[in-house]
Amino acid sequence: MAAGALLSACGDGSEADSPKKSSGPVAGSTVAFGSNYSDPATKEAFAALAASASASTKAKVKINTVDHNSFQQNITSYLQGTPDDLFTWFAGYRMQYFAAQRLAEPIDDVWEKIGGNFGPVAKELSTGLDGHQYLVPLYNYPWVVFYRKSLFKKNGYTVPTTWDAYLALCRRMKADGLVPIAFGDKDGWPALGTFDILNMRLNGHDYHAKLMKHEIPWTDRGVHTVFQHWAEMMPYTQSGANGRTWQDAAKTLESKKAGMMFQGTNQVAAQFVSDKVDLDDLDFFPFPAVDPKWGQRYMDAPTDGFMLSKKAKNPTAAKAVLEYIGTGEAEAEYLKSDQWDVGLAKGLKVPSYNAIQKKSVAEIAKCEAVGQFMDRDADPAMATAMISLIQKFIGDPRARTIASLQKSAESQAKAIYTG
Amino acid sequence: MSTLTRTRGSSVPPGIPTSPRRRRRPRHLSTRDRVVAALLLAVPLVLSLAFVWFPALSTVLLSFTRWNGVGGLHTEPCDPALPPVLNNGCVNGVQNYHQAATNYPEFWPAVQHNLIWLAVFVVIATPLGMLFAVVIDRGISGSRMYQSILFLPVMLSLALIGIIWEFVYSQNYGVINTVIGRAGDSNAIDWLGDPDLNLWAVLLEATWRQAGYVMVLYLAGLKAVDPTLREAARVDGANPWQTFWQVVFPAMKPINIVVMVITVIESLRAFDLVYITNKGINGLELLSVLVTSNIVGETQRVGFGSALGVVLLLISLVPICLFLRQTFRREETQ
Repeated sequence: MAAGALLSACGDGSEADSPKKSSGPVAGSTVAFGSNYSDPATKEAFAALAASASASTKAKVKINTVDHNSFQQNITSYLQGTPDDLFTWFAGYRMQYFAAQRLAEPIDDVWEKIGGNFGPVAKELSTGLDGHQYLVPLYNYPWVVFYRKSLFKKNGYTVPTTWDAYLALCRRMKADGLVPIAFGDKDGWPALGTFDILNMRLNGHDYHAKLMKHEIPWTDRGVHTVFQHWAEMMPYTQSGANGRTWQDAAKTLESKKAGMMFQGTNQVAAQFVSDKVDLDDLDFFPFPAVDPKWGQRYMDAPTDGFMLSKKAKNPTAAKAVLEYIGTGEAEAEYLKSDQWDVGLAKGLKVPSYNAIQKKSVAEIAKCEAVGQFMDRDADPAMATAMISLIQKFIGDPRARTIASLQKSAESQAKAIYTG
Repeated sequence: MSTLTRTRGSSVPPGIPTSPRRRRRPRHLSTRDRVVAALLLAVPLVLSLAFVWFPALSTVLLSFTRWNGVGGLHTEPCDPALPPVLNNGCVNGVQNYHQAATNYPEFWPAVQHNLIWLAVFVVIATPLGMLFAVVIDRGISGSRMYQSILFLPVMLSLALIGIIWEFVYSQNYGVINTVIGRAGDSNAIDWLGDPDLNLWAVLLEATWRQAGYVMVLYLAGLKAVDPTLREAARVDGANPWQTFWQVVFPAMKPINIVVMVITVIESLRAFDLVYITNKGINGLELLSVLVTSNIVGETQRVGFGSALGVVLLLISLVPICLFLRQTFRREETQ
């Protein structure tokens, strides 16, 4: 009932397009929705979103949930076979790649209607290489440094904003018998986030974006600087990261054996919730500034959203569903039971936001540009290559390994991007 | 006894003078027989063409292309000047092989790890399984129980074995690090993350299972060995060691060949354990994993992955050819 009230409010705002919505084959028809929201909590939230979309558009929404790893692995054949009308996906190069392969349908007409609900960054994240829109975003989450308030208070630590202060804090924590930076990279991808943030802090977002598209060679001096700074951090980073899952690393933060952890809220806060650890004691700060030229202007804030298949059987109704999802009300519906992600729509009112989510919104809003995480910003084959190179670096973070890693990265990038 | 009667039975027909008539008879097949024979031949032939030869040949052909799995293939050569999205489905020549051998850091470690895997199975897992089988076959007390315990891992899927051993190896919470008092964070042994250690850690998991598997095969073999042979050996004054190596072991030749074949196959198709452990990266590279990670995934490098698949095929052909040569030679001499 509450959803209905919200929906009518939403309808008032965009009265012009309601005739198209109500006429035609939308009402009563079925929209198939391929979903990778396979974890119990997200599955539930997604079902609530689908139900309210269904109530709003009068179209039936049928969700086909697939385990998220399988979903991602099979995406190419899925989209070429008989895909659902709509499917869950990620913003960034990952979206642009599938759009460029003509596996997704442009949804510029949807964006004409929902465009007002989003800022320019969200629109840019939904735009393919050809300038058309292909994605309706739902939420994002920042990659930041997490810590426990009580531990900081007890030991008298203060939040560092500069590289020197950060390293000084690390030294103090080490002296206090703590692991300064909890770190787990058994799955390979978590470390990519550290590369991203150091690159954005040292070389800026433009440089990072160009590097991800291989418009700057991996042998560039800037990449060397990133690894040099990382090597400075390594003595304070939890050892043996290549054999530890990020979940186990998060547990050392939970148990106050570690002082800090750099990771996404989608992981750390979600882990605190599922481990039933005091979420109110968790706090974060943006990664400290390294080069004053760039300050703390950028961060990774991966965005998830929805796309329309090229082979959609019911595109009219599917677009109506997307129009609904591109509203603050729809995002609020989704975020009711989600305690880590934050919605992207302007003026979004979510009564259930906790302190972490509120701070996430504020910190993302402060950014001039947000990265999407290396495996979303770069060709996934390149991200895979970097996973193994960065693991080699973590296993042996010495100066002489850096140059050979860069050389290997560049020769693989050449094969992957041009070949 | 059975072998004796069989050889006698088979040696009888040539001795019968009326054999020409008997030999001619099978040529007069009724239409129905011919249809049945044709069907019996055709169905497996079609199945093997469709599911073995077609994919194998396609893989070889695909290995000379650059293709991401979207859209069709064409016969034009790749243009290095074009961006990859436009440069799709083109003929890439031997570029994929060249890249694998020169520019793909995982390739040579994977080949090496596959060979180590094979060596460990041949040198450790198989003899260990044989030892278990011999000891249990001798009927030590509680042999049934040992048999069950050793056989247990064989019944578990490799994926499950990988998960079970995570609890043993985990840095912060694992059994080993806890027992040796190193479960802290600074001095814990990183069993699965250290590229110098993790292959051996995983090989221990694999051996744990493989030895049980080999044990079962050898137990069956040992049971099939005619007990009179052992008795004869004992009468001749052979000690247990001599009896086993000079009488029982040669008598188990068919089982030995089966075990050898299984050992080679199991080591070449090794995949599950490393994939469960860390997706086959950072010291656990195997050719099968590289094929999978290139072909199955979001952005597929089908051509490149196929080239790796062909390399794996060529490596597998070596033991297969040796085995077939061995088998056929034996049949000819018989």
